[in-house]
Amino acid sequence: MAQQYFLHNRDNPDSNKIDFYLQNGGYKALETVVKEYSPGEVIEIVKKSGLRGRGGAGFPAGVKWGFVPKYSDKPKYLVSNADESEPGTFKDRYILEKEPHMLLEGIAIASYAIQANIAYNYIRGEFVYGARVFERAVQEAEEKGYLGQNILGSGFNLKVVNHRGAGAYICGEETGLLESLEGKRGWPRLKPPFPAVEGAFKCPTIVNNVETLANVPLIINNGPDWFSSIGPDEKNTGPKLYCVSGHVKKPGLYEFPMGKNLKELIYEDCGGMLNGSLKAVIPGGSSVPVLTADEIDVSMDFDSLAAIGSMLGSAGIIVLDESTCMVDALLNLERFYAHESCGQCTPCREGTTWMVKILQRIERGEGRVEDMDLLDDIAEKINFRTICPLGDAAAMPAASFVKKFRKEFEAHVKKGKCPVKKDKSIKATHAHV
Amino acid sequence: MNEETTTAINEETASGTIEFSGEGLQELEEILQCYPNKKAAMLPVLHLARQEFKTITPEVMQYVAGLLDLDPIRVFDVVSFYTLFPSEKEGQYVIQVCATLSCDVMGARSVVNHIEKKLGIEVGQTTEDGKITLKKVECLGSCGTAPMMQINDDYYENLTEERIDEILDGLE
Ligand SMILES: Cc1cc2nc3c(=O)[nH]c(=O)nc-3n(C[C@H](O)[C@H](O)[C@H](O)COP(=O)(O)O)c2cc1C
Ligand code: SF4
Ligand code: FES
Repeated sequence: MAQQYFLHNRDNPDSNKIDFYLQNGGYKALETVVKEYSPGEVIEIVKKSGLRGRGGAGFPAGVKWGFVPKYSDKPKYLVSNADESEPGTFKDRYILEKEPHMLLEGIAIASYAIQANIAYNYIRGEFVYGARVFERAVQEAEEKGYLGQNILGSGFNLKVVNHRGAGAYICGEETGLLESLEGKRGWPRLKPPFPAVEGAFKCPTIVNNVETLANVPLIINNGPDWFSSIGPDEKNTGPKLYCVSGHVKKPGLYEFPMGKNLKELIYEDCGGMLNGSLKAVIPGGSSVPVLTADEIDVSMDFDSLAAIGSMLGSAGIIVLDESTCMVDALLNLERFYAHESCGQCTPCREGTTWMVKILQRIERGEGRVEDMDLLDDIAEKINFRTICPLGDAAAMPAASFVKKFRKEFEAHVKKGKCPVKKDKSIKATHAHV
Repeated sequence: MNEETTTAINEETASGTIEFSGEGLQELEEILQCYPNKKAAMLPVLHLARQEFKTITPEVMQYVAGLLDLDPIRVFDVVSFYTLFPSEKEGQYVIQVCATLSCDVMGARSVVNHIEKKLGIEVGQTTEDGKITLKKVECLGSCGTAPMMQINDDYYENLTEERIDEILDGLE
């Protein structure tokens, strides 16, 4: 098995304590950075590594950091996005609970790079245990002088604040998050201005995903060339966490280099299908276009998945077998988006609700022949017409389910009932992590 | 939340009758130091309020508004947006079963049915003795160990009927 950088301590109950982290080379990267590198040099190193955002969009982290205006005298903020709410995704929770110091060290280095003196970790409200572990880690790091005033004698100050969310998917979207952080409802903002220029409290702000930040110490310690040598090419680099859920024998969290073959992951690492044969895979969290069983021989990286019309997203891989009704599955997801839509934009608010209603009637056997085109049409009218990408996130699965499984949708309408032998029993598996 | 709540929030009569504990007040001071303005302390202070008062009633919202120098309607606006600030009394234990796709295909509906039968209540209800409330919620970030549920602060994963019985029987 390839070397692991995130999951190698998974069986060690002390992995989240600072002493253990320090014994294994922890905070060396931070020390190097604050003592030897200028902020600009850190940004160059991260650019060179090719690190792309692990939160969904895959934007190059170093490039984003470079957008922070250098000569602004406003305070700058770093935000660690620990809202992890994309259905199918459970990697950041592992980092928060098991490797909080990797995250904290990444937060400290990123803050230094953009010269932020306050960093917020916006963690979803339900992660109570993760929040507790993270807060203890902050305290440990402050006591040892890795956070706080004059870090390691460098003159750099950083306060890290754990900020708990309160149950709203939309607060994972970076501008919804910033509104929420400012004490308002999590209503996404129109961009531009981009957060790097005007983010939290009208000041330059960088929002990065937990996994993105946790990669940063690895890049500093081992060098950007090492990092970019991992993965299929220079645009898709570094180690990667893959969340596998659904109908496989061993679901759970896996770590491989960027570009793991999806078919291999399912059939070898996850032990293959649990009972039935494979019908579909959603490869990057619930918001990305679905793949059919014969599309899964693909490299799990940003560009390879984009090339076949889907996305790496959050690498939340949802595996569905033949007992899954695709109408019912899409209905489950659209209900989620209708529930989580913040309601600011009409196409998103109304479109998701309509899709739920149409899917409900198709599933009940009361669908109409024109319903499939109607779904398609609604999805198209949401796409790119909303303030934030939640609208697209709701539209993409709908359009792809209808396109790739149209026959199954039509069979519902023709037969006047659901043609799939659904299995809703409780299924026991052996979770991997 | 309904019109009555909004009206209650706008009335000043209810204010002044509740207060955080000494510890709570100390925590409040620490929270306020973490943000450039008082308004940004909204969520942490509401979490604190939930810890202290359990239910976020109009009276609590007024109190929080007073602490943060805000119009009470600003607090109401936020409370009504999020799901973790209950405005009505809940059971001592709140069971939240994840019903989103990964859990759904692994048997979340059967989990809900089993709990409903066992407790004699439906989703959204609380047992007569006020002990347990049952809810269906969206993805809790634990999809690899589906089906799963959260009871108060804790996650329970890889559920089976036997495990659910054990867990429920273990609730004091
Ligand atoms: C509806 C929606 C929900 C999102 N949820 C999350 C989330 O839970 N965690 C996350 O890191 N990014 C989430 N994102 C992406 C963020 O907006 C943002 O792109 C990301 O945090 C940037 O970090 P990165 O560049 O390190 O990936 C979400 C985006 C959308 C549109
Ligand atoms: S797209 Fe949907 S979630 Fe995003 S801002 Fe508009 S209504 Fe809100
Ligand atoms: S779908 Fe249930 S925890 Fe994610």
